[in-house]
Amino acid sequence: MKKRVIVTGVIGADVHAVGNKILAYALEEAGFHVVNLGVMVSQEEYIEAALETNADAILVSSLYGHGEIDCNGLRDKCDEAGLKDIILLAGGNIVVGKQDFKEVEKRFMDMGFTKVYPPGTQPETTIEDLNLMFAKK
Amino acid sequence: MIYLTADIGSTYTKLVATDIESCKVLGASCAFTTIETDVREGFNNALRNMEAQIGEFSYDKLICCSSAAGGLKMVALGLVPELTAKAARLAAASAGAKVVKTYSFEISKAEQEEIYEINPDLVLLCGGTDGGNKDVIIANAKRLCQIDRDFSVVVAGNKSASHELQKIFSYSSNSKANSGIDSLSEGLDNSASESLDDSFSRDTEKYFAKHFVITQNVMPEFNKLNIEPARNCIEELFISKIVEAKGLSALQKMSGHEIIPTPLAVMRACELLSRGVSESEQGKVCLQGKVHTFDAALMAGWGDLIAVDLGGATTDIYSMADGNPTLSNMLSKGLPEPYAKRTVEGDLGMRYSLSALVEEAGIDRIVREATSFSGSEITKEQVESWIERCCHNPDIVSSKGSIEESIEEAIAKMAVEIATDRHAGIIESVFTPVGQMFALTGKDLSEVPLVIGIGGALANSEEPSKILSGAKYNSARYIYSKPKEPKFMIDGKYIFASMGLIGGFNPAVALAILKEEIKKV
Repeated sequence: MKKRVIVTGVIGADVHAVGNKILAYALEEAGFHVVNLGVMVSQEEYIEAALETNADAILVSSLYGHGEIDCNGLRDKCDEAGLKDIILLAGGNIVVGKQDFKEVEKRFMDMGFTKVYPPGTQPETTIEDLNLMFAKK
Repeated sequence: MIYLTADIGSTYTKLVATDIESCKVLGASCAFTTIETDVREGFNNALRNMEAQIGEFSYDKLICCSSAAGGLKMVALGLVPELTAKAARLAAASAGAKVVKTYSFEISKAEQEEIYEINPDLVLLCGGTDGGNKDVIIANAKRLCQIDRDFSVVVAGNKSASHELQKIFSYSSNSKANSGIDSLSEGLDNSASESLDDSFSRDTEKYFAKHFVITQNVMPEFNKLNIEPARNCIEELFISKIVEAKGLSALQKMSGHEIIPTPLAVMRACELLSRGVSESEQGKVCLQGKVHTFDAALMAGWGDLIAVDLGGATTDIYSMADGNPTLSNMLSKGLPEPYAKRTVEGDLGMRYSLSALVEEAGIDRIVREATSFSGSEITKEQVESWIERCCHNPDIVSSKGSIEESIEEAIAKMAVEIATDRHAGIIESVFTPVGQMFALTGKDLSEVPLVIGIGGALANSEEPSKILSGAKYNSARYIYSKPKEPKFMIDGKYIFASMGLIGGFNPAVALAILKEEIKKV
């Protein structure tokens, strides 16, 4: 079977490189084809990479608290670019301070994300979810 | 042993005679190109001019390159502008083509018509990484087949689409000007009609025969450039198809060696001068029985350099440098660019594309620069009148010491400045929680130590370094990562293309001559 293609990267002006590398490694090991864009990735770069590689999912990481601002409008741009129904995931320290994750989750789901992960999520959780989502597709 | 090289330009046929044993240029001459009648006429006229200079001689080898009849005119197609479309443009430019336009995504009806108007010699069709997007490249293949022009197509996109692409192009080639529907289903076997989408088989558009070659993807993986296979295909097609179409076959027969596009010859000379010749390469050359021990110092290249070829129709920039970030807080973004990069600006030229150049630079800027070159006030009217004369009569030459000469120099400087701006990497400042960072898109050329000028406008100028200073970093336009402290040199005899040609046979000799003839200014 063709490997599923996943675009990963740390969004915005965020330069946290370590988690990004670990996550990319874990996803590769789990049998996905990972297109890792590294750090300081703009919304457009995720979309361009997903277009060229015909990606199945985009995994957005954010660790510096500005994730909410950085992620806003990503789904709209994906729709505009023709990436219809692409799986969009976000995770990390995606908001400032200690907020109730239920509310954060809702805000991200409203923005069009398929699923959102709280701080401290293990790669295994995401991998399991991805496999489930791909099985349904 | 004497090698004669011929550069068949659109206006002039330029010859250089080189003595291989003594590593010396014996002479250079030129005459008008006679491509409309018989290209050999202009060649023989230039040869007579040469003999008038250095006396009668016989040559052992004739090698030619050409940019006549519009050069190798290409358009490039890709998917995303900053990814495969950019990779396609880089590949075409590095093969020595004049890339008239680059298209991205599925091309529109208007763009289709535009390609018809451009009437390219070759089209480079790319799009999608291997295993990535197939839809766009397939759609564009069909749209190219609908254009009633006789161009060849080099396909260098998603390998997973190659079956479909093969069928589209061989179908269009098998049946001239098909009117779709009926003949189409016969032309394709069952498996093919399944894999091609319905719109194709229902299509009532005509399809026109296209010669095509399918090669490796220019971007097989995301952000991984692989332009060599496409570049080779373009070169082969130039030799097999374009040379004849451009009326150069007679010369090809005379020479017995393959004719290549002139910019490709210049590119090879640039690479040779930058990298030098390794011991194993020198081993290949046979210097007429003489045993030469390898001299590392003699055969070393000059390292990183930029060459600027300022012509009548285009301005070409060649950079030989890795272009890695020079600051520790700088991150590379976007498509990695090749060590040997060429860009060609079809809207920046001293004659045929002068009006576009003036528009881009702004007339006031040219007036200011011209005044600074001449040392006395030059008016806008004077500049405008000279530009008009140039546009009406491209063969016009300014006389020494005239105000026109200053205007020419000002225009030349602008062309160099804009062309190098477009060639160089772009630096953007980003503020992050760990402080200021810089994002670099393209090549960081700020520490390249050498800029070499090629072309009549530079060779004939009194102040070539002032013209070339357009290639220097300018703090007012700090986003362009251009050389901060470069030395300037000039190819006064226009031997770059010749040495690129000779370098194909004898790199050691070509390198020695380049190092001798390229002079500091």
